[in-house]
Amino acid sequence: MDAGLSPLAELAVLEAADSFVSRHIAPSDDEITAMLREVGAASLADLAAKTVPETIRTNAAMDLPPPIDEAGVLAELRELAGRNVLNKSLLGMGYHGTVTPPVVLRNALESPGWYTAYTPYQAEIAQGRLEALLNFQTVICELTGMEIANASLLDEATAAAEAMAMAHAISRTKSDMLAVAADVHPQTRAVLATRAKPIGIHLLDVVPGDVDAIRAAKPFALLLQYPGSTGAIRDLSAEIAAAQTLGALAIVAADPLSLAVLTPPGEMGADMVVGSAQRFGVPMGFGGPHAGFFATRDPFKRHMPGRLVGVSVDASGAPAMRLALQTREQHIRREKATSNICTAQVLLAVIAGFYAVWHGPEGLRRIARRVNLQARLLAEAARQGGHRLRHAAFFDTIAVETADADDLIAAASAAGFNLRRIDPTGVAIALDETVTRADLRCLAVLLGGEPGAAAPSIPAALTRATSFLEQSVFHQHHAEHEMLRYLKRLEDKDVALNRSMIPLGSCTMKLNASAEMIPISLPGFADMHPFAPAEQTAGYTTLITRLADWLKAATGFAAVSLQPNAGSQGEYAGLLAIRAYQAVRGEAHRDVCLIPSSAHGTNPASAAMAGLTVVVVGCDRDGNVDLADLKVKAAKHADRLAALMITYPSTHGVFEAAIRDICALVHAHGGQVYMDGANMNAQVGLTSPAAIGADVCHLNLHKTFCIPHGGGGPGVGPIGVAAHLAPHLPNHPLRADAGPASGIGPVSAAPFGSALILPISYAYIRMMGAEGLTRATEVAILNANYIAARLRGHYPVLYSGPGGMVAHECIIDCRGFQAEAGVMVEDIAKRLQDFGYHAPTMSWPVAGTLMIEPTESESKAELDRFCEAMITIRAEIAAIAAGKLDRVDNPLKHAPHTAREVTADVWTHAYTRTQAAFPLPWVAAGGKYWPPVKRVDNVYGDRNLACTCAPLEAYAEAAE
Amino acid sequence: MADTDTRYTRDHEWVRLDGDIATVGITDHAQEALGDVVFVELPEVDRVVEASEACAVVESVKAASDIYAPLAGRVVETNQTIVDEPALVNSDAMGEGWFFRLEIDDTEAFNALLDEAAYTEFLETL
Repeated sequence: MDAGLSPLAELAVLEAADSFVSRHIAPSDDEITAMLREVGAASLADLAAKTVPETIRTNAAMDLPPPIDEAGVLAELRELAGRNVLNKSLLGMGYHGTVTPPVVLRNALESPGWYTAYTPYQAEIAQGRLEALLNFQTVICELTGMEIANASLLDEATAAAEAMAMAHAISRTKSDMLAVAADVHPQTRAVLATRAKPIGIHLLDVVPGDVDAIRAAKPFALLLQYPGSTGAIRDLSAEIAAAQTLGALAIVAADPLSLAVLTPPGEMGADMVVGSAQRFGVPMGFGGPHAGFFATRDPFKRHMPGRLVGVSVDASGAPAMRLALQTREQHIRREKATSNICTAQVLLAVIAGFYAVWHGPEGLRRIARRVNLQARLLAEAARQGGHRLRHAAFFDTIAVETADADDLIAAASAAGFNLRRIDPTGVAIALDETVTRADLRCLAVLLGGEPGAAAPSIPAALTRATSFLEQSVFHQHHAEHEMLRYLKRLEDKDVALNRSMIPLGSCTMKLNASAEMIPISLPGFADMHPFAPAEQTAGYTTLITRLADWLKAATGFAAVSLQPNAGSQGEYAGLLAIRAYQAVRGEAHRDVCLIPSSAHGTNPASAAMAGLTVVVVGCDRDGNVDLADLKVKAAKHADRLAALMITYPSTHGVFEAAIRDICALVHAHGGQVYMDGANMNAQVGLTSPAAIGADVCHLNLHKTFCIPHGGGGPGVGPIGVAAHLAPHLPNHPLRADAGPASGIGPVSAAPFGSALILPISYAYIRMMGAEGLTRATEVAILNANYIAARLRGHYPVLYSGPGGMVAHECIIDCRGFQAEAGVMVEDIAKRLQDFGYHAPTMSWPVAGTLMIEPTESESKAELDRFCEAMITIRAEIAAIAAGKLDRVDNPLKHAPHTAREVTADVWTHAYTRTQAAFPLPWVAAGGKYWPPVKRVDNVYGDRNLACTCAPLEAYAEAAE
Repeated sequence: MADTDTRYTRDHEWVRLDGDIATVGITDHAQEALGDVVFVELPEVDRVVEASEACAVVESVKAASDIYAPLAGRVVETNQTIVDEPALVNSDAMGEGWFFRLEIDDTEAFNALLDEAAYTEFLETL
C-alpha cells in the first residue's frame, strides 16, 4: 500500500477492492488487455467506438445511484421487504397462501441447477426439467380431467385469454361473442377485455347458471369460473352442454386444489380448462411469477398455445423427453399464429409439479379437505354471528352478508387479516393451508361465532369420485431423503449455468448472482397478495418506483411499465400503446406493421394479436434492413402505417449504421417505431432505444438485467415509452397506481406482473452503477469479438459492422460442411454436449448457422475452453472430409455419447471411446458431464404423442 | 419420361383427373422440403371448397403448411391411411401418399394448371 495514504483513504481502497462489478464481469484487467489485442482494439473505449455508430452514442452517464456492494444491497432489500406489512391475506381471487415444501424451496427454487437453466430446446441435456414438466402436465391433466395439458402459461388471466383466442380460431360458429360468467375473477375479465378488443371479439357477461342467457347470446365460447370468484360451486354441466349444442366451446377457469375433492371440469364436459398452479407451493409474491395452466381435449391439441413436453425415444431406443409439436409455436407460424406466447413459467411449473410429487394424491386431498373444513367451521361461526351466507355450496371461500363490509374488513385488518370486499354488504374469506387454528378462532370471533360445528358444503353431485395421480412418481418421494435425492438426480441430468457457459445468441445467459437471488425468499416480498391494500405494500411500491426510474435512465424513455410478464407480452402492450395513441389522434385506421424478415417470430405474432396487418420488409446480404424496400413499403402504406418493429442491434448481431434514418423514415410516414429489446445487452450505457429514435421498447429483464431463465421462464418484459405514449401504458382495475387512468387496460393478471423477481434486477443495477453497467456492455462486446476472432480461422464469421466488429454476439456459418463431410449444424450442436457445453442458438436467424453470445460474465478461460471445443469439432469435420473418419460412423453423427454406451462391453464404432467421451484433456479433468440420453428422435415423438407420466414405464419396456 | 396426366400448382400440390374426380397430393419436392411428416389433417367429406382455399394441413417436425384446393369442387374422399401413417407422404408423395379427391365441375381449370415441364421450370426459379 502507498505510504502516502491516510488510514481512511487506505480503508476506502480496501473497501472498493471487492466490488460486485469485478465479480459479475468475469475477465480481469489483464485478460481484457490480452483479448483486446486479439480483436485488434486499443482499449474498451476504442472497441466501443469501432462497434457502435457515433451518431447514436449517448455520451452522458446514465442517471443511476452510485453502486453498493453485496452486503449493502442485501441490507437495502431487507429494509424494503420490511416496509411491506404482512397481514394474512385471505383475499382469494386466484392467489392463496401456500407452504413451499422446504426441501423444494432449498433444492429447486433456490438452486442454480434449476433456476439458471435455459428452455429445454437441447433435449438431451434437459431431461431433468423435462421430467419435472411432464410431472406438471400430468398433475394438470389428472386434476382437471382433461386429456392434454401444456407446460404452463404466464398466469390465469392470460391463459383464459389464450383459450378465448384458440376457441375463436377453432369454433365452427361465426360468432365473435364470448360469454363470460359474472363470477369470473375481475382481473381475468379485465385482461380478456384488453385482448378481445383488437381482434374484434365482444364480451357478454352472463349470470352464473343462466342457461337461457347463453343460448340467447349465441357465443363462440363460454368462460366459467370454478369455484366462482366469491366461492360458490355449482354443477356446470348444463351451461357447458348449452354452449356446445350451439357449436360453442366451453372454457372453465379452475382452482387446482379444489379439484382434489370436486368433480373435475373435464367430467362436466369442458373443452378447455385454465387456471393458476400458484397455490401448489409457489409464493404469492405480490402477483407472480406463477405457472398458469392450460388443458384441453385431444382433438384440439394442435391448436394449443405454449410449450408441450412429450415422450419420445433416443437413438438407442431408450425413452427420452423433448418439446413436442413445436411447429405450433409462433417462431414457425409467425403472423398466422393465434398466440405470441414464447416464454413459459417453467421454474414455477416445476415447483408446482414437485409440490404434487411431495404430497401425492393423498396429501393433496388432505390439504383440500383441511381448507374446506376450515371454511365450513368459519361458515358456521358466521351463521352463529347472525350473518347470512351467500352460497351454501363452497370449497374454501365463504361469502358473508354483513351490515357494513368496510367495518368487518377494518376490524379484520386490525386483527392482522385481509378480507375481500365484494360489495357494500358482502365480504369473502378464502382459507388456505397456512391458516392456523389460532387464525380460525380469531376470524370466528370477528364474525361473532365460535368454531365448533360444521355442515357439509360440497353437494354429492360435485364430490370427486375419480382417483388421480396413481403414477408411481407421485407415491415414491414422500420421505425427505427420497425427495432430496429425486431432486438431485433430476438436476444432475441437466446443463445449467452452474456447469458451463450457455452461449445462446439473443438469449443473454449472463450471471444470475446469488446476492441478487437471495431477496426473493424474504417473506416481506414472497408472501404479499397482489390485491393487498396499497398501504401495506410500501416496500414494493418504493422498489418498483426506483427500478422503473433506473430503467428509464437505461432506455432514455419518459415512462416504464413493469406489468408485462414476458417479452412477448411487452411487445403486445407496446403495440397497443401505439394503437391507442393513434386512435386518440383520429388515426385508428392505421393498421399496417412493417417487420423485417429477420425478426423473431414473436414480433409478427404480437402484431397480429394487436389487430395489425404484417408487411414484411426484406433484408440485405448483411442481415440489415433493405433500405430501398423499406422506403417503397413505408411510402406505399403511408396512409395505414402504424408501426415498424425492429430489433437493435439487429438479430444478426450488428449495429446497423442506418438505424436513425430507418426510424426517421417511419416517422415521416406517420408510423411509430417499436424496438425489440432482446439485444439490449449491447446497448446499456453506450446508446439507448431513445437515442436510436424508437418510441417504445420492451426490455427482457431475464436477459439484460439478470433474472434467471428458470429453464424456460419466468420472464419479465417491461416496456419503456416516450412521453407521448405514456398515457397509454397498461393499468389495472384493482390497483390505481399500476398505470395511467387513460391506459390500455391490464395485459397481465397482476398489477405489477411478476413483482417477486423484480428485486433481482434491482439488486443488479444497484450493485453495478452506471459505470459498471457500461463496462458490462463493453466487455459483452469484447467477449463476442474475441470468440469471433478466435474462430474466424476455422469457421466463416458471417456478419459485422462497418468497423469490422460484431456486437454482443456472432454468427458462424456451418452450411458448407454438409457437402464437405455430410455434417449438419445439429451434429455440431449435439457434439458440443460431449464437451459439456450447451449449443449456441441453432439455425436462427439464418438456417445452418450458430449464433454465439458469451455475455460479459464469462472469463477468458471459459471462452478459450469453448473455442477449443469448437476448433476440435472443426478438425473432426476436416477429418471426415479427408476420409480419416467415416462419413456416417463418426463422433459427430453419433453425438452425444452416454456413459452407458462408452462403458459397454461392446464398442463397434470406427473411432475410439476416448475420442467419443474425452475429446480434450480438460473434459476429463474438469469433471465430465455425461448426457443422460443419446440423440432424441423428434419425428418418433411427434408421430406417437405422449404428454403425461403414465406411459413412461410402458415406453421403457418397449425399448428393451 | 414426361408425365402428361399430372398437373401442378405453385403451392406444390399435384392433381390427377379421372373423369370429373381430381386426386390431390403434395409433390415430391414439397415432402423433401418439409422433411419427416408427422401429422396430416384432412378436410371433411362433402365439404365444398373454392380454388386456392386452405383445406388440409401437413406438419413435419420443422414446419406446418396449409394445403390448398387446386380446383373448386366437393370433397368426395380422403386418404385416411396417411393420417395413421404420415410417413407414407414422404415415401410415396406422388402415389399412395395422396390427400383427398374432389368432384369438380370445371375440367378446363385442370388444364390451366402447370404441366410437369412448367412445374420443373418453376422449381428452378426457387
